[in-house]
Amino acid sequence: MTYIVALWGILIRESLRFLSQRERLLSALLRPMLWLVIFASGFRAALGVAITPPYETYITYEVYILPGLIGMVQLFNGMQTSLSMVYDRETGSMRALLVSPLPRWWLLFCKLLAGALVSLVQVYAFLLAALAFGVAVPAWGYLAAAPVLLLTGLMLGAAGLFLSSVIRQLENFAGVMNFVIFPAFFLSSALYPLWKIAESNPLLAELAGWNPFTQAVEAIRFALYLQADWPALAGVAGSLLAFAALAVWGYDPARGLIRRKVME
Amino acid sequence: MTNALEVRALGYRYRAGFALEGIDLVVEQGRMTVLLGPNGAGKSTLVNLLTRLYAPVSGTVTIASHPLAERPGPALAKLGVVFQQTTLDLDLSVRRNLAYALALQGIAGRRAAIAVAEALDRFGLTESAGRPARALSGGNRRKLEVARALAHLPAVLICDEATVGLDLPSRRALLAHVRTLCRDQGVGVLWATHLMDEIEPADDVVLLQRGQVRAAGTAAALMERVGATDMEAAFGVLTL
Repeated sequence: MTYIVALWGILIRESLRFLSQRERLLSALLRPMLWLVIFASGFRAALGVAITPPYETYITYEVYILPGLIGMVQLFNGMQTSLSMVYDRETGSMRALLVSPLPRWWLLFCKLLAGALVSLVQVYAFLLAALAFGVAVPAWGYLAAAPVLLLTGLMLGAAGLFLSSVIRQLENFAGVMNFVIFPAFFLSSALYPLWKIAESNPLLAELAGWNPFTQAVEAIRFALYLQADWPALAGVAGSLLAFAALAVWGYDPARGLIRRKVME
Repeated sequence: MTNALEVRALGYRYRAGFALEGIDLVVEQGRMTVLLGPNGAGKSTLVNLLTRLYAPVSGTVTIASHPLAERPGPALAKLGVVFQQTTLDLDLSVRRNLAYALALQGIAGRRAAIAVAEALDRFGLTESAGRPARALSGGNRRKLEVARALAHLPAVLICDEATVGLDLPSRRALLAHVRTLCRDQGVGVLWATHLMDEIEPADDVVLLQRGQVRAAGTAAALMERVGATDMEAAFGVLTL
């Protein structure tokens, strides 16, 4: 019961923080909408997409990049979680969390789940906006994708959580943009299919295939069309476990990185 | 009398070398123990060890009979902490800050509502309950931190330079409040400070210097030992 109470408390706290930061929701919507409305329109003619699973017919470029942009929303939200953890650490409020009698892994899981649920809200707000612009998926796909979106949100949140144990200061967050977000996004199938990358550079396509973000995007893409991409789902689950384990290690006072820099 | 906090042979080292070595101290229930030391003596490092933010390289910490290393959950449940740097969630209301802290202790529902109401009442914050913590004065923020640290009725309260940044009247009011709680509710208090005027003759004092305990005893006994008439003079002699 104690565990559930703490989980509920953290969920409420994170929800209130999210609701008080209207610009966060706005930017979470605006960023992918710019890509969808402006970038995709511009490249629509230049980048044709052949018939490839899970699609059963030719699709427009906007439809192709929709799962990638959903992934982008979750990727940025995961990094926002990381940013807020670093901020909490710098302002001191992280200590209030870490001196709780509950195990640290549970506290981190609560933060992770709260972040993933926030990302779900953002994703569905984006899907609604995309629908308004005529970019749609099968009706049941919206529902079928929910558990996959939760899984991908947890995985990208866990990556953010691990990063927050590595980043020393808030100022270093710009480096995360350059060294994590951009490579993860561009070296993936978010904007172009892997076979298209392979045509010009097989090595890049191989690297992109191993990218956890690619696996997240593909898992979302298939779920939206009521199919399961099991290898991608397994990849996402494996990455989630790896990042979560690294985050728990990072926040362990005896072994982790946090000990060297957090509390001075 | 039962010990609220017991520290034995505690040690910690940074990469650069030892920060704390062989620290022994005891905080009895209902007693005020002042952890006195100049800046850089190791007070905050010790607080981080007592709250499990750091893991010691040697020694033990026992909180209300629970060893911190072996049973961190029950031990931390008996601990309330006010850190030197504020740890409030400034965007949340005063009431939410208290409720959040209680939730992290696993306390919710009616029990939490009663605890929040009592804490607000005890610290004179009822009228500010709905305001964001950011809107409070420095003194009231500190009060809220103490209220939050005590809301789950811990056996020991650790305050690390809790009066830093407060004006003199706020400082005195906060200290008087903590002393009253210590006396009336039997909470053992470890009060880390470098300010001599926060010490009373009956307080237990642990004098920390360069990571080691230089002297321990009641303030009155320490002054008598070195023939000093006030704590400042005693501190000067003891840290020579």
